[in-house]
Amino acid sequence: MTIGDNVTPMDASGAYLGSGDLPQRKPPVTSRGLVAWVRDNLFSSIPNTIMTLLGFWILWEITPPILDFLIFDAVWEGSGRDACLESVRNAPVGACWAFVKVRLGYFFYGQYPIDERWRVDTVWAMGAIGVVWLLWPRVPYKNWGSLYFFLIFPVVAFFLLVGTPAFNLQKVPTNLWGGVLVTLVISTVGIVFSLPLGVLLALGRRSKLPLVRLFSVIFIEFVRGVPLITVLFMANVMLPLFLPDGWRPDSLIRVLVGIALFASAYMAEIVRGGLQAIGRGQYEGAQSLGLGYWQMMVLIILPQALKIVIPNIVNTFIGLFKDTTLVSIVGIFDFLKTIEASFVDPRWATPVTRATGYAFAAIFYFIFCWGMSQYSQWMERKLATGHKR
Amino acid sequence: MKSIFKAAALGVAALGLTIGAASAQGVLQKVKERGQLICGTGLGIAGFGMPDEKGVWKGLDIDYCRAIAAAILNDPMKVKTVSLTAKDRFTALQSGEIDVLVRTTTWTMSRDTSLGLNFAGINYYDGQGFMVRKSMNIKSALELNGASVCTQQGTTTELNLADYFRANKMKYEVVAFVTNDETIKAYESGRCDVFTTDSSGLFAERLKFSKPGDHMILPEIISKEPLAASVRHGDDQWFDVVKWVHYAMLNAEELGVSQSNVDQMLKSDNPEVKRLLGTEGKFGEMIGLPNDWVVRIVKNVGNYGEVFERNVGSGSLLKIERGKNNLWTKGGLQYAPPIR
Repeated sequence: MTIGDNVTPMDASGAYLGSGDLPQRKPPVTSRGLVAWVRDNLFSSIPNTIMTLLGFWILWEITPPILDFLIFDAVWEGSGRDACLESVRNAPVGACWAFVKVRLGYFFYGQYPIDERWRVDTVWAMGAIGVVWLLWPRVPYKNWGSLYFFLIFPVVAFFLLVGTPAFNLQKVPTNLWGGVLVTLVISTVGIVFSLPLGVLLALGRRSKLPLVRLFSVIFIEFVRGVPLITVLFMANVMLPLFLPDGWRPDSLIRVLVGIALFASAYMAEIVRGGLQAIGRGQYEGAQSLGLGYWQMMVLIILPQALKIVIPNIVNTFIGLFKDTTLVSIVGIFDFLKTIEASFVDPRWATPVTRATGYAFAAIFYFIFCWGMSQYSQWMERKLATGHKR
Repeated sequence: MKSIFKAAALGVAALGLTIGAASAQGVLQKVKERGQLICGTGLGIAGFGMPDEKGVWKGLDIDYCRAIAAAILNDPMKVKTVSLTAKDRFTALQSGEIDVLVRTTTWTMSRDTSLGLNFAGINYYDGQGFMVRKSMNIKSALELNGASVCTQQGTTTELNLADYFRANKMKYEVVAFVTNDETIKAYESGRCDVFTTDSSGLFAERLKFSKPGDHMILPEIISKEPLAASVRHGDDQWFDVVKWVHYAMLNAEELGVSQSNVDQMLKSDNPEVKRLLGTEGKFGEMIGLPNDWVVRIVKNVGNYGEVFERNVGSGSLLKIERGKNNLWTKGGLQYAPPIR
């Protein structure tokens, strides 16, 4: 529409004046429904249309077999390989969940004695309480929560899992631990120790004291410079050769220390990135208020720096959680390894056993990692106070 | 500076001395004091060592650990199993982390000598075998001329295969894969006529097929894989104990002493049985054990035949024939020196 359609020619006073209402326009694009959305987003151009069709075709091809395998053709009940054999059932056989069901106790507790497994359950329940207490903002008394989670819980968990004659709890050596128990113990210890250690190392690397700085740099660069597998081999194979007879730390503890140190080196660099993002003004402001180094760090700098690097921290946690599967190479039976060790059982030797086991492992790891990721995103949104870009 | 070096050297020497002193005490004594045998095992091998549904390890190798523990401590459950990968099994033994290694380990000359191990009794004579489809109507590996063979890349299996076919002047086509799973899949889908690996493995893999009954394992064994328990060099008493536990289990089978009849056998008049079960002579004392050591083994674990059948033979799903693992009196290779 051009000016002039509804505009009368210049009148006597020399001004342009409208001579009636303008015609109504169409409503704005925002509320035009599903069809328009599809047209705008999926079929807006020829390449886009091709990609969309290709995507739908792939989904169409892979979804039914996955669902068939996981649910519709799956075997839910059974006591042996016959239940999951196509030749016996005369029907297509999907996932052999009966195998997972029978072996579930082993996948969760490893060789932990069956009569003592309530102790593991108790530790899990206590850990869950602690996690909810600390991570759910609405639960009150956070200070007590920290005290519980970082002091009471580890001590009680240690005595429950290892056992102590004092409370009439049978000793359970760590070579009997396995499955989800080991995966959670390793990742929890790694996560809980790596963050404070990483913060200290990051501060050390930016310190003005040469000795502290040198130590931090050497530690970080050395640990980051070797693969985790090497650290584990070192802890498991080399260490016993160096140490005198009878002075040999438990193999699980060796691995725990190795993983915690490894993760803390990565964490240190992440935290350092956060520290570098904080403007000079924040330091100067803190100093002008008369705060000392630790007060400045704890009250002003670190809260901002850590908030910036939440995605990276969680990224490392998720990586660490999955990296725990590497401990199987030094003979520790984590969750994935207990599943793999079960594949050899002739009582469940079927063509689908292996696929079932891996599918179960994938679901387990996905639930945990996705949960962590969702929590971190929620936390980021909650803490977003003007920094979000 | 000099004094620092001197102190360091002294420290190292002292450390060496304490290590020396510690290992001067025999493994047998250590096991008795600890009240537990530390046994190196694998990460799960069907029939030889794997966790059952309750998480308890079962298998031929595990039963050997239990037999040693039973002989020394009179309790087969006083065994701590340490799961080892193929790579770190020897280091674990050399560093003293484990007392004995029973982990389907092939006895070879280099391991016996330069690795510093002593192999104590062959608990399973394994060797490379062939699996074919029954529909091929083949009775012997010598009929395999022109066949395509599925095998795993870069293994001794592949080399043995080449040797065997060349020695017998037969043609073959090798189809090699990186992992065992791929190899099995290829064979099952008909990519090749023959699948080859260690024969004990063939039985376990066959069970994973959708129709195990359609496949058969040929009688020929084309390589030697004697699987044996091993201990460190330098502790002859401990070597004797491990070795004679194996021989005792063989002798028990040969003399018909089994888990069920061992109590009646104690009253036997047969001098050989009497020596075996310690009612005559002091043979247990010779290796630092009580004289009823064999009774303990057989009662708690069983004789060799029982252990074999339970774990890999007719009592298991693997259904491996005794074959070479039969007693020498029944045409096999299992032969134990007499107890006298």
